[in-house]
Formats: sequence, structure tokens, C-alpha cells
Amino acid sequence: MSDNVTQQHYNFAFLDEGAKREIRRTILKAVAIPGYQVPFGSRELPIGRGWGTGGLQITLAIIGKQDILKVIDQGSDDSVNAVSIRKLVTATTAVATTTDTQAATLIQSRHRIPEEKLRNDQILVLQVPNPEPLRAVSPKETISRNLHADAEYSGIWLRLYEGIVKFGRTVTGADHPVMVADRYVMNPSPIPKFDNPKLHQAECLYLFGAGREKKIYAVPPHTEVVSLAFEDYPFTVEDVKGRACRLCGATNVYFDEIIDSVTNERYFQCSDSGFCGKRRKRMEVMSGESSAADSNS
Amino acid sequence: MAYVAVTGGQEAIEESIRLLKYYRTDGEADLEIVALQEKMKLLIDKVISEAGLYAPAYAALALKQCEGCLEEAVFILRAYRSTLTRNHYSKGMDGANMRVIRRISAAFKDIPGGQVLGPTYDYVHRLLDFGLRNESRESIAKWREEYNQQVEGIETYAFPRVSDILRQEGLLEEVAEDRTEPFDVTLNKLPFPTPRSARLQTMARADAGYISGLAYSSLRGFGSVHPTVGELRTGWLAVEVPYILDEEQTIFVGEILVTEVETFVSAEKKTGQEHDELRVGIGYGCVFGRNDTKAISMSILDRALSIEGTAPVNDEEFVLLHGDCLERSGFISHLKLPHYVTFQSKLDQVRKKQEG
Repeated sequence: MSDNVTQQHYNFAFLDEGAKREIRRTILKAVAIPGYQVPFGSRELPIGRGWGTGGLQITLAIIGKQDILKVIDQGSDDSVNAVSIRKLVTATTAVATTTDTQAATLIQSRHRIPEEKLRNDQILVLQVPNPEPLRAVSPKETISRNLHADAEYSGIWLRLYEGIVKFGRTVTGADHPVMVADRYVMNPSPIPKFDNPKLHQAECLYLFGAGREKKIYAVPPHTEVVSLAFEDYPFTVEDVKGRACRLCGATNVYFDEIIDSVTNERYFQCSDSGFCGKRRKRMEVMSGESSAADSNS
Repeated sequence: MAYVAVTGGQEAIEESIRLLKYYRTDGEADLEIVALQEKMKLLIDKVISEAGLYAPAYAALALKQCEGCLEEAVFILRAYRSTLTRNHYSKGMDGANMRVIRRISAAFKDIPGGQVLGPTYDYVHRLLDFGLRNESRESIAKWREEYNQQVEGIETYAFPRVSDILRQEGLLEEVAEDRTEPFDVTLNKLPFPTPRSARLQTMARADAGYISGLAYSSLRGFGSVHPTVGELRTGWLAVEVPYILDEEQTIFVGEILVTEVETFVSAEKKTGQEHDELRVGIGYGCVFGRNDTKAISMSILDRALSIEGTAPVNDEEFVLLHGDCLERSGFISHLKLPHYVTFQSKLDQVRKKQEG
């Protein structure tokens, strides 16, 4: 595919300039109203609609020739969809790519925020399947827009409460709703609850793109982001205690659970593959140095 | 390991793409793009209609590229469309000026200009024609030459609309003239409630199966629209854009083939008296190419969306948000992507519960 794209001389970053400008204007509005979903004329892209086209449109609209891009899916740089998205962006922009979170200026991600803390010169673009936290309250856009306008979120609180009544504790998984800047309730995209605290008072800019639902929203740096919870049932993240990555030994990170098809053994490894790879490399260098020191003695 | 893998995504994709090419080029017979365009006209019509891009040659190319998959071809054209700069909006076109190839009315036997069946499969017996297996180039050429001689001198006309008869009699529901600029669904998110122009555009690009399935549900009883096809016409419309130096003048840029339908339904006119009066209301449908079913279905839904009711077809968010080929197939197919992170989060909940 990349051969075809370059041969046919598509515009820089695929979209026509008018579309990119429109998306950038939408992003500016989103940044100005943290957590508010700004509608936009979402364009069709050569990857599946529902496979990250919202995030990808943001990436294509803001990427410049100097940017260094990282694309991850479920934390992994090498997951098929991350590969496919990276390929499309590089084929139409020729920007440099990296798997190192710290080296990237622009990161597009599905379902994860990287383990390494992001800086104020970095932007994280998250792909969003369902932008509307009120969708479970009402399937209708006309109703949910009014509820947002009135900051009427009792439907969401009620659902959280009902979960507690039924199961004795909060039962939300990924995409646990957050209150942004004390005004808008927002879906953080299906990141695990483990990643929710990273949105709060962050250094970097978070941009959220929902292509199919045609909405863009943002969490600017240093914004209050509070995961919804009750005083007596506080917000808790997924339990990672007692687990360590079998490759790099990391603890207190989010894990993929892997079942060995031969031994049926269950083990864990870092969901953030760039982070894990970097730790292993560092360990190799260190053990290499120490073995070199050994042979010298 | 599986398709995600810890590593290996890149190689897996490349191998898959190579395999696709192997499947696409399978077999001895060649597939000429121009043959696809000329001989698979109705398939091409569906592709350009759902893509919202009147480009039969590109549609043929797209079909070759994706082994003839309708939704893939639509997908390719839509994505291509995103790379094109929008330079002009065409002038409004009037179906009454259509260079008609087919035109029927189920409401009146005799209509001004007469009924013209044109090319339709409606009255063909759907028998598998084994003779086509040995159809030769020579026999086709001969047949076409004779046919052309027979029809020589027969002119095509533009016809007045059937609904004009009712309008003159004052039987049509009164609809205020609407001169507002049409909404553009390709550049904006649908607002709700939607302007009618946005509804019609959305349905014109929607999946034909979805549109006719919904219209069918309304006919069967989930809704109350019982229409009569007042007029169905297929033909060529001239596309003109304003001349940039003189807005009064226009430039002819080409012709498009469309199917246009007006269905008649009974409508009430509030009189303020004891009894309301009956009027004839109109539902409108217009789609690229020759596609009677989609155009009629669209006209039924147009009507259903403009009246109050509790059926699915009366709910514009339900009707308009679920029929786009790309959005529908894109979101369903995304379920094939890995969901390890979210599922792990879900598992965490289930396990906590078990541990009590």
C-alpha cells in the first residue's frame, strides 16, 4: 500500500489543506473548552472507520515535517493496527518514527497512555470509539447535548450507584468517566482505569478524536481531571499488585496477560512495549558492562 | 502467535497483503477495468451512489482492486474523495429538465408525455440464461447495429412532472418554498433536528440494503406511510457551476445519471374546523445511477421522517446514523482488533468479584 500512496503523489498528510485547517480550528476550540465534544466534518480515510480515524485525522492535521511520531495500539508499537496507521502517516508525510515515548513529539494511541510521563512539548492523540459518556443514559444526541449544556449528569452517577448496589463495588472497566475542569463529564476513551490519573494536571496536551461520531475533544495541560467516584466507594485502578513483567521485571505498570499455549502457564508482561523494550536494552547494556568488567579482572 | 503479537505485526500485515494480491490475481481470465465499467453498470451505480462520488471509471478501478466487494470499493472511493479539494458547488438541478430514459407513474394511467418503461428488469423472467455462455462479439455487434437502425430518429424528451397535475388542482400539501443554502453532510456533523437537505443527502449516500430494509419495515407496519409511486424517472441531468468572473453565467461540466422519485401519501390539513381536510403529501428520493428500489425507499423514509410517530422510521437519529456503509462496516470490523487492555480491565472486575 505504501508504494501506491507515494507513487500517486498524495498531498502531505493525505488530507487536502482545507480539511486540515478545519480540523485544526476544531482542535483549538476543543482546547479552549476542556472536555467539551466539538463536532466536526469528519473525513473518510483509507483505514477503517472505527479503527482510529478520529485520532488519525488529528494526527494528519497537526503533524509537521519535523515531528517524530510514535503510534501504539493497546500499548504496543507492533500491533497490527498501529503498524497500519504508522505506515499510512509515514507514506504520506515521510516523518521520522520512534518507539521511544520520550523521543516522540507526537504520539497516537489506542486504549493506553504510555507508562513514561509525558512532557509539555509532547501531544498524545487518543482514538475514541464512543465519545459520549451520556450515551448509556440516552441513545439520542439531541438529549445528551442538552444534558451536557445543563451539566445534568445524574444519569451517569445513577449508573455508577446501581453498579455498587448490585455488585457491592464499582464495576466499571476501561473508559471510566472523568469530570474535566469541574464542568464536563468526559469519556477518556477505553484506557484502563490504571491510566486515568495520568490525565490529571498533566504536562502534555491530550487530544481525543472520534471519527465515526465526528467529534474532537481535549484535555489541555494542567487541567483538573477527576475520575467519577463516591466518597464511600473511592475510585480504584485495576489491581496489578504481586505482578511483574516476565521480560523486564517491571512492577506497578499495566500488564498484558499471556497464556503459554504449551505449558498452559499464565504470566504477565508490560502492555507498554516501548517502555519494556527500553528497560530490557538498558539491562543488557548493564549486564554487558559488568561482564566486560568481570573478564578484565 | 496470534495476529497481534508481541512482535511481528509488520510482517504479518505484509504477508497478508501479498496473499490478497495472490487471491485477486487468481485464475486465467483477465478483468479489464473498462469492461467492468461498461458491463457492470448497476454495480458501478451502487458504488458511486454510496461513495457519494460520481466517478464510474474510478469505481471500476476500485472494484478490480478489491475483488468486487461493494463495501470495499465504496470505502476506497470515499477515502480518495478526502484528498480532493472542493472548488465548486454546482447550481441546483431540476428533475423536470431531465433527459429521461425511463419514467413511470403508478398513480395515473395516462400522464402527460406518457409512460416510458426504459431499461428495467421489472418484467424480465429471472431465468438463468445459458445462452450468454456462448455470446459472441460478432452476434452482439450485429444485434446492436440492427437495434440502432430501428431506434434512429426517436428523440428523447424532457417531461413535466406528474405532481404538477395535482398542484394545479390544489390537492398537494402546501409546502413553503425553502431557499436556504443546503446543508453539506460531507463537511459537517449532522445536527439534530436535521434540515431536510441533510436528511436527503445522508440517505442518498446510505447503504441501499439498509435504506430499503427500513422502508420495508414501514410498509409492513412499523410506521404508517402507505405510498403510491407518483412518478419515478431515470435520466441525465446537466451539471453546471457558476462562472467565477460572472456569477450570472454558468459553465456546463457534464451530465450525471440519476433516479428520482416522488411518492404520494395522504396528508392531513388542519382546518381549525370540526373536520380536517385531506391533501396529497410528497416524499422525495434521488440517487446516483439506476436504482429504483433505493430511490423509492428513500422517498418513503423522507416522508416518514417528516411526520410524528413512534416507529423506527420516524426517528431521525435512528434512521440517519446507522446506514452509512463506512461507519457501519468500519465499527463492526473494528471488533476484530485486539482488545487486550479493555478485556484485562473487565477481567479485573470479574476476578475481584470472585475473590469477594
